[in-house]
Amino acid sequence: MYGSTTLNSAPVGSFVLVKEVNAEGLTRRRLLDLGLVPGTRVEVIRRSPVGDPIAFNIRGAVIALRQEESSKVTVIDS
Amino acid sequence: MGLTYQSTGKLANREAFDVPVSANEPVIALAGNPNTGKSTVFNALTGLRQHTGNWPGKTVLQTKGIFIHEGQQYTLVDLPGTYSLLANSVDEQVARDFICFAKPDATIVVVDATCLERNLNLALQVMEITEQVVLCVNLIDEARRRKLNIDTGALTRALGIPVVATAARSKEGLPQLLESTAKVVWKKIKPRPNLVQYIPEVEAAVSLLEPKVKALLGNDINPRWISLRLLDGDITLIKALEKFYGQQKVKSVREVFA
Amino acid sequence: MSLPSSLGQLVEEAQRLSGPLQNTIRDSIVNSIYTTAESIAAGAVTTGDPERTDWDRKIDNILTSPVWGFPIMLGLLVLVFWVTITGANIPSAMLAEGLFWIEARLTDFFMAVNAPAWLHGFLVLGVYRSLAWVVSVMLPPMAIFFPMFTLLEDSGYLPRVAFNLDRFFKKAGAHGKQALTMSMGFGCNAAGIIACRVIDSPRERLIATLTNVFVPCNGRFPTLIALAMIFVGGSVALSLAGAVATLAVAGLVVLGIAITLFVSWLLSKTLLKGTPSSFTLELPPYRRPQIAQVILRSMLDRTIFVLTRAMIIAAPAGGIIWILANTHIGDTSILAALAGWLDPFAQHMGLDGFILTAFILGLPANEIVLPILIMSYVSGGAMMELDSLAALRQLLVDQHGWTWLTALCTMIFILCHWPCGTTLFTIQKEQHRWRWTLLAVAIPTAMGIILCITVNYLAQGLGLI
Repeated sequence: MYGSTTLNSAPVGSFVLVKEVNAEGLTRRRLLDLGLVPGTRVEVIRRSPVGDPIAFNIRGAVIALRQEESSKVTVIDS
Repeated sequence: MGLTYQSTGKLANREAFDVPVSANEPVIALAGNPNTGKSTVFNALTGLRQHTGNWPGKTVLQTKGIFIHEGQQYTLVDLPGTYSLLANSVDEQVARDFICFAKPDATIVVVDATCLERNLNLALQVMEITEQVVLCVNLIDEARRRKLNIDTGALTRALGIPVVATAARSKEGLPQLLESTAKVVWKKIKPRPNLVQYIPEVEAAVSLLEPKVKALLGNDINPRWISLRLLDGDITLIKALEKFYGQQKVKSVREVFA
Repeated sequence: MSLPSSLGQLVEEAQRLSGPLQNTIRDSIVNSIYTTAESIAAGAVTTGDPERTDWDRKIDNILTSPVWGFPIMLGLLVLVFWVTITGANIPSAMLAEGLFWIEARLTDFFMAVNAPAWLHGFLVLGVYRSLAWVVSVMLPPMAIFFPMFTLLEDSGYLPRVAFNLDRFFKKAGAHGKQALTMSMGFGCNAAGIIACRVIDSPRERLIATLTNVFVPCNGRFPTLIALAMIFVGGSVALSLAGAVATLAVAGLVVLGIAITLFVSWLLSKTLLKGTPSSFTLELPPYRRPQIAQVILRSMLDRTIFVLTRAMIIAAPAGGIIWILANTHIGDTSILAALAGWLDPFAQHMGLDGFILTAFILGLPANEIVLPILIMSYVSGGAMMELDSLAALRQLLVDQHGWTWLTALCTMIFILCHWPCGTTLFTIQKEQHRWRWTLLAVAIPTAMGIILCITVNYLAQGLGLI
């Protein structure tokens, strides 16, 4: 299945590819700088005990993002 | 024309960062991502000869220390741990401004051997500003434990700068790191960084802009790097240039961005 | 080709070249750097064991699990307090004994040279005694707490706490890393406020700064513990007293955390309105901390640092308080007069005038609040070390009519009142605005007054006392 979704709704344990970052300004810069450039493979590692934030493996580092940011990254199944 | 900007030397700028300005006391910057064991490297090199304070005008912690290598005293400045130098946070600005304007005699970039890909991102950015770079591949013991094999020779060839593997916790590799750094400081090694090549559109714009940057600011600060930042609209760098290169002739900067 | 004659022209030129494609240019620049890094890393790293167990994940499965995450956090909190409290008791007593032995020798010396009584009083009973008190009360818990905190910090556990708790902070309009600055506040609020630098966004950093005082620092713990031992632990068997008192203090800490979240929420809805800024938190790999380094760094950077500052403040404060307690107008000392004047208001809060006076005079450092109180209760007119909790209990309960309600209100006010002088100085230095420093005084003070009055009247109204 090649449906595109956003990073926050990808299931825990799945691998996804970044399609694009739909944010502007500083948020966009920060997300890109974390390595979320198109084509990057991201693993969804875990949710915090209360659901949010979610931890991702982005280029070798485990980074937690809140829904506000992770929902701005469009991804496709990998 | 326009060469007035060159009149401010690096030593005068160093004063603005509160580090030694004497030409015979080399200044070395320590850059790196957070969680790479950068402070372990710093502590291992300087021991108790440390001094903490604030970066002038910023509420960011500045840690300086000294070490002596073969009878020569060096000042080591620990930069804030950052993922990048694209100036999205105060920490990144501080780190960038120091490398760019205080022009340390060498910059050691500490990377995590177990997470090389992410960490090289910062090293590549530092290499765009200065050639005086040494790569310290730290946590090599951790990498061995995880059965990761790091080919430092391949890294040296790919990057064009000296690469030293260390395990700062056990002081492994630190003598070699000092050795390489000293050679870079005293120009016994001249690193030739292999710079990132951008897409043709960007490279074309850079080649148009670079001569103009050179004409205005000279070679004091890497013109290719400044061109890239201007193209990507980094207003914080323009403000920093204003600050370090005087206010004259730059009146219209804010108007342009308004 | 025309050459630019100013930075402004250069910027114009760059704008013209990048044109409307600036976002694309930036994206492609970041993309190229990452792609280059990727290919260099791929050429230099070979992995021999792709199937190896990822211990970090296994540990995280437990430490950030929906079931175990919170109990473990709370358990560690209680453990750290318990170790600090019980571990500090003996060295504290030994230090006190040693330092007061020196005081006796100093007194002998002053007598031998026939020094005037006021000089002996000011220097020995005022300055020296307050220094001795601060050192013996503060040094042992700090020397235990800071290394433990640094251990948790170095092992990589603290970011997991922020990860677990971020949702709550987000709801309060604050930043998850505030959990880290709060943990630091347990050691020292001034240190906690400096730690607020880890929060990038100015709005969230300010919220963390203004609420840090709601976690009780090492200077306040000993008093909380002493009161808990007397009024809570005192009602159970001696062997259990320590544990019960620890739980009572832990309960108070949880109240402090709840107040922090509430005040953060209030601030983000009123004075510090704004949308939560972007939040990124790295969960670094767990690492075995280097014990020797941890002890060395936490002693040098934190313990000695905080202690020195507290001593610099406590020494002159001790002298001034001795003067206030020993300068008589008519037949009452200035201290007693002040207490008498404050008493009517203090009674509403479930306190008495002496308690409130002690808090006010304790502004320089929280650890001298209890000594001032004791000094003003006993007629001696100097701070004194009571040799046992039993003696303190007798002084408070039998001689000055303390009830459990007085103790509770005092403990609440210890948790919620103005930050100490050092902390206020630090807030001013970090934020550079008087209005924030004043707000840092006003918020916890108002909170404490309201809570104390409510608890007092509620307990009395319900006939609990």
